[in-house]
Amino acid sequence: MNGLQFVFLLAALVSLFSAVMVVSARRMMHAALWLVLTLMGVAVIFVTLQSSFFAVVQILVYVGAIAILIIFSVMLTRRVMEDHGDQILPGWRGAVLVAVLLFGVLVGFLTLWQGFSVMLVELPPDTDNVLELGKALVSPQEFVLPFELASVLLVAALIGAITIAVDRRKEHQR
Amino acid sequence: MAVETLIVLIPLLPLLAFFAIVLFAHRKNSLSHWLALGGAGMSWVLSMVVFWQAIQIEDLSQHPFAVAIQWLPTGSTGLNIGLQIDPLSAVTLFFVAWTVLMIFIYSVGYHNFGQPRGDHDRPGLPPHGATITDQHGHTHRVPSIEPMYARFFALISLFAFAMFLLVVTDNLLTLYIGWEIMGLCSYLLIGFWYGKESARNAMIKAFLTTRVGDVFMLLGLAALYSLTGTLNYQSILNNPTVLNGLAQAASPLGGVSWAGLIGVLLIIGTIGKSAQFPLHIWLPDAMEGPTPVSAMIHAATMVSAGVYLVIRFFPLLSVGWDGHQLTLPVLVMGAVGAFTALFAATIALAQNDIKRVLAYSTISQLGYMIAALGVGAYVAAAFHLITHAFFKALLFLGSGSVIHGMEHGVLHTGENIDPQNMLYMGGLRRKMPITFWTFLAGGLALSGFPLVTAGFWSKDEILAGAYASGQMLIFWTLALAALLTAFYTMRQITLTFLGNPRSQSAEHAHESRPAMTYPLVVLSFFAIAAGWVGIPDYFPLIGGIVPNWFEEFVGSMLLFHAEETHHSLLPLFTSLVVALGGLSLGWLTYRAVRQPLDPLEKPLGGLYTLLKNKYYVDEFYQLVFIRPARWLAETVTDRWLDRTVIDGILHSIARLGIWLGNVLRKWFDLPVVNGAGDLTATGTRNFGAFLRSLQTGRVQVYATIGLGAAAMVAILIYFLWVVG
Amino acid sequence: MIPLSWYLIFSAALFCIGLFGALARKNAVAILMGIELMLNAVNVNLIAFWHYHAQVRSGPYVHGLAFTTIVFVVAAAEVAVGLALIISAYRRRQTAVVDELTLLKG
Repeated sequence: MNGLQFVFLLAALVSLFSAVMVVSARRMMHAALWLVLTLMGVAVIFVTLQSSFFAVVQILVYVGAIAILIIFSVMLTRRVMEDHGDQILPGWRGAVLVAVLLFGVLVGFLTLWQGFSVMLVELPPDTDNVLELGKALVSPQEFVLPFELASVLLVAALIGAITIAVDRRKEHQR
Repeated sequence: MAVETLIVLIPLLPLLAFFAIVLFAHRKNSLSHWLALGGAGMSWVLSMVVFWQAIQIEDLSQHPFAVAIQWLPTGSTGLNIGLQIDPLSAVTLFFVAWTVLMIFIYSVGYHNFGQPRGDHDRPGLPPHGATITDQHGHTHRVPSIEPMYARFFALISLFAFAMFLLVVTDNLLTLYIGWEIMGLCSYLLIGFWYGKESARNAMIKAFLTTRVGDVFMLLGLAALYSLTGTLNYQSILNNPTVLNGLAQAASPLGGVSWAGLIGVLLIIGTIGKSAQFPLHIWLPDAMEGPTPVSAMIHAATMVSAGVYLVIRFFPLLSVGWDGHQLTLPVLVMGAVGAFTALFAATIALAQNDIKRVLAYSTISQLGYMIAALGVGAYVAAAFHLITHAFFKALLFLGSGSVIHGMEHGVLHTGENIDPQNMLYMGGLRRKMPITFWTFLAGGLALSGFPLVTAGFWSKDEILAGAYASGQMLIFWTLALAALLTAFYTMRQITLTFLGNPRSQSAEHAHESRPAMTYPLVVLSFFAIAAGWVGIPDYFPLIGGIVPNWFEEFVGSMLLFHAEETHHSLLPLFTSLVVALGGLSLGWLTYRAVRQPLDPLEKPLGGLYTLLKNKYYVDEFYQLVFIRPARWLAETVTDRWLDRTVIDGILHSIARLGIWLGNVLRKWFDLPVVNGAGDLTATGTRNFGAFLRSLQTGRVQVYATIGLGAAAMVAILIYFLWVVG
Repeated sequence: MIPLSWYLIFSAALFCIGLFGALARKNAVAILMGIELMLNAVNVNLIAFWHYHAQVRSGPYVHGLAFTTIVFVVAAAEVAVGLALIISAYRRRQTAVVDELTLLKG
């Protein structure tokens, strides 16, 4: 086993372990923090896949924005529950079953694919992925449409989130 | 118009009068009686015309007036219905027409037409008098009009139709029809005053007793038809082949030929209808009906129909008789007739009701006629039938007049006596002269007073015939009965009319109105003169001066005449002795009666009680027939068979049905049918609840299930397509 | 140097863990976290396949990367809106437990 594989295994194990902790942590804040760790592990995996750009994007967007958002919302919705009782629903055994089943199905179907055990080799260093990605995103023949739609989606989400979260009580009191 | 058409109209006119009264005139009294009188009067006119024509024909018996239609065509033969006037039916028609008309006229007066309505009169009860106030303010009670006046005339018109039908018809079936309709009218008219219980009992008794006779007669009729294929008189009675054939054929009854058996069956019908022993019990009770009914039905016509039947069928009854060896029916007739004549005469001695005496007298005289046939005196029987009809009708109508007079007296004085009881009468010859003289004529005729009464001639003929036949027992029985007849007739006349009144009511009696007395006078004419058409040739002195028209005319009906033996004068002498002797004895015994008490009662003692109670025959029948029949009906049939057995079966079936219903309900309907329905409902509800429980509203559950299903499907696809 | 199958199995496992979290957690925010895990697993899958495809082609191949970009954007948008919803719901009903938000219950 070479170093890359070792790194991958370490990162994978950490990620999976953290993921398990995320879904089973009793306290939401702990879960959020475990989530951060998982996201970081995934970023490392991105690196092993020679997609350093996305590793950084992962850290910036997911850890830096989304995880923080989640922490904020955890803190904002703290009062009601937290710290008492199970955070697991009564029907969790069904969910376990389904998850395991699904895992089995996915892996099973994947093994049928002949490219399953292909070895991923290092990419030639002269390929400038990010530049190509940028060019592709704005190129009319390629991905400008999804790109623009994604930006529209962001705007919509922004407006939507504000609309939903605005405090209506203040409106009525006027 | 041909005489045949006139014959057809004779029965039809009273029938039309009946329907007219019933349908249209039943509320109008005078219209009703005019319709009835019109019908009877027209029939009388036509009857006289037909009779006049009939007596002018030489051999009417061989070639009678006849008209017939085919009623039941059955192949080559068929039942023919028609009319026939031969000598026998011609003379019968004569007396029936006269008596019917006289009685119709009498009924107008008897039922007090023109009188006011009674105070308390109700339909169904005899009228009880009305109270009127005259110009001086005095109140009188007077007889009131019969409330059911129109009904009476309707019924007697129907009766007249039936009698005329019976007389003019040419076959036994229509005779039977007329016979039965007369039985119906007799029932209705005996129970005319149906409000009285005694009348109701009498009407049922009359109907049932004659019915017993009629059943046997019907059997005879059926046998005759089945053996000969016809019921026509000409085909059977004028036909020696048929008669001999019946005489040869052996009936199921051992030793008796079919002719004998049929004859006996027909005679039983006559025994019922003409009130011979043992079926005589109904006639005295039939006196419950109004007097015109008693006169017409129970003296002159209906009971005569029985005798008419056996006279008509004498050729069948006597077939094979050559003057020496009696046939069975003839023997039966002789025995029954003679016995009844004496039996009834003895009972009449002890009766105090004026109508009862006449009733028993009728029974006795009918016995005479049948006994006459029993000794072969065909013509004598027919002769006595006719003369008896006239004087008996006269006597009954006269008694009705007497009763009316007594009732007037009862209303006037308010006395509480039976107006029909002779012991309370007396001296009425001064109060009611016309009634007296006519009644006397009738009574002397009944007794057989020599020469001037019709009864003498006919009764003498019978005694002569009995003597000539050699049946001495019958001869002496009839002679004794004649003696008693004269005795009780004089008893009746003496008690009623002679002497002095024995009650207040008798003092105040007065003569009846003309509508009642004129028929009496007419009938008394016949009672006196009718005998002179039948004076026998051998009669000393006057015999032979006037030809014996009756003998020739009616005697031509017979195909075979019995040999005529020498004529002895003994019967004549006997009849003179018994008639005059009986009359004198009666007068002597009863002329000194002052109190309402019969002088013979004490001397005869127990015998008198026996006679008064009619030999207890009614009580015997009650014990032997009526009580068992009632027991059978009430206990066996009603209580046991009907209520216990049949109703028990029905109730069991009903209970079974109910039980079955309950079982089905409990074990099938409720669990299975209801259960299925309920199961569907609850099942659906439970399934819905189950499904509803899936709708938790929790998205995670939905997602779990969805993904689980997707995984399943994926595995399924894997196994089906990828592996397979 | 690393077989593709490792990445695929890892991504599958991460996805299933995230799925479990999404299906079996009470708190709405925890469900969202599970969804984020799932999205991350998808991303790993996408990048792995990008690498797989890129190494067999000669020229530049950015399809996988573009897809991943879009996934990032969508994930971010979705988290924003979702959290806004949760907070709004929390304000209304004072709870963030999805078990109590059962207005869809039949």
